[in-house]
Amino acid sequence: MSAIAWSSSFSPLTGLDIESELRYQQLEPVDGVDLQPGVESAPIARGDVATVQQPGRDPAVSLSGIAKKYGAREVLSNFDMQIERGSFVAIVGRSGCGKSTLLRLLAGLEQADSGSLRTFGQEGALETRMMFQEARLLPWKSVLDNVMLGLPRHNGGQSVARARAVLDEVGLSERANDWPAQLSGGQRQRVALARALVHRPELLLLDEPLGALDALTRIEMHALIERLWREHGFTAVLVTHDVHEAVALGDRVVLIEHGRIALDQAVTLARPRARETAAFAALEGRVLQRVLQAEPGAPGADLSVEESAVAAHGVALSEVRWAI
Amino acid sequence: MSIKYILRERFAPWLLPLLILLAWELSTRAGTLSSHILPEPLAVVKAAWQLIQSGEMWVDVKVSAERALAGLAIGGSLGLLFGLATGLFRPLEIAFDSTIQMVRNIPVLATIPLVILWFGIDESAKLFLVALGVFFPIYINTYHGIRAVDRGLIEMARSYGLSGWALYRDVILPGALPSILVGLRFGLGLMWVTLIVAETISAQSGIGYMTMNAREFLQTDVVLVGILLYALLGKLADVLVKALEHGLLRWHPAYQQGVKA
Repeated sequence: MSAIAWSSSFSPLTGLDIESELRYQQLEPVDGVDLQPGVESAPIARGDVATVQQPGRDPAVSLSGIAKKYGAREVLSNFDMQIERGSFVAIVGRSGCGKSTLLRLLAGLEQADSGSLRTFGQEGALETRMMFQEARLLPWKSVLDNVMLGLPRHNGGQSVARARAVLDEVGLSERANDWPAQLSGGQRQRVALARALVHRPELLLLDEPLGALDALTRIEMHALIERLWREHGFTAVLVTHDVHEAVALGDRVVLIEHGRIALDQAVTLARPRARETAAFAALEGRVLQRVLQAEPGAPGADLSVEESAVAAHGVALSEVRWAI
Repeated sequence: MSIKYILRERFAPWLLPLLILLAWELSTRAGTLSSHILPEPLAVVKAAWQLIQSGEMWVDVKVSAERALAGLAIGGSLGLLFGLATGLFRPLEIAFDSTIQMVRNIPVLATIPLVILWFGIDESAKLFLVALGVFFPIYINTYHGIRAVDRGLIEMARSYGLSGWALYRDVILPGALPSILVGLRFGLGLMWVTLIVAETISAQSGIGYMTMNAREFLQTDVVLVGILLYALLGKLADVLVKALEHGLLRWHPAYQQGVKA
């Protein structure tokens, strides 16, 4: 079952019109989506999944030939990407490069204009949850009730027990009865994380969830997210503008530029990652150099590893300064 | 909390009103202020006491309060209903909102001659005026409250599988509630204003009747009792809504006195 078809379970009730303003479209099955010319059209039906997969790989999400326009502006064009099950993909890029749009497509909050987006859940639909830039907690519900949002209500306390367990995992069990307004920014994002995890997602989408937090809280959140990712084994896609964060968390760092993948860098550093090592700094520098480059082919495009390591140290030092 | 703090926060605000009362009492006693313009405060208290003892006051307050509450019930529930309908359903918004916004600009009191022609000068005219006065603030604030619910929260709730009634119960209505309560407070203010005018024009009972009657006999002390009664009842209504807000908006940062994390 495709994500596009899956997301139709969120489609509005007919006749309720506040919803039409939310840009939620009534969704058509993915078969109706036109593929761009020149893009190989892949079979969509679930029965054909096995033939699509490459041997030895197990994708959770597969995008091919995806295009998305807002008005005349093309945000993503002819975009191909595979996300392996259980992997942690970090997506970086300048503002407006299309990285958030990509995440919203994966979440089913937006629909592609063309191309195919396929998701492979282990039992039926791929259970997907999203963490937003702001925590988006309901201010009129207690922390515990926020975590329980969307869980079945009357099942003999099972939902409550699950929500409490997940709150404990993010270290906020004693704040269960507080209002969101009584929490700090970092605590709010931890509640949002708990709210996502309580649904046992197979795919967790993180849309710059740490962007508004202070540097120390960010580092704590990195450790928390990494630990929960390893324990729960979900697939994670993190959109961030912080290359340091991307290298610290991602198995892959994907740079998107002008709606296309400009760099797809594997990160093989051992976890948990020591951020002070030369290898970390070299990798961060390499990605950062590539991000800062205005256009592909500009001078500095082919930095040797040594050069980029030197450049990276300068960057790393400045990062440390603002982190402190 | 020190005694100094309590003195400053609790008693200092009452200092000015007490001084004014004292100056008023002294100037009427000295004869600089004629009792036809303003009777001395003690006379007002005496008049009030007499009205309480004779039972007149209780009857008039009861009649006025009943009118006010009936008008509030009719106008308020209609305002809430229309506000919810136009806030939630786009076709109804298109159909009703611009008309209501046009009618809203007519001062309720300007319709009095027409209302007297339609209903005469009996109870239904007063009910109509109060209901009309209450309707608009509650309608507008309900409508705007629903429109102003954070779209991000609705998107989030929907992506967590909430839709239909659950979405209204958990997200849209609680989000609109602060605004609806603001509407209720404005509505209560207008409720007393319209009631006072309606009762002053024509009534055989009620606080307005009491004051107009007293005016005929130059009983300025009774007139003042009536004015003070309106002030007291208005304040009472405001206190009740505040208590309602404290109960319903416990989650709101503005109503939390506890320590911040």
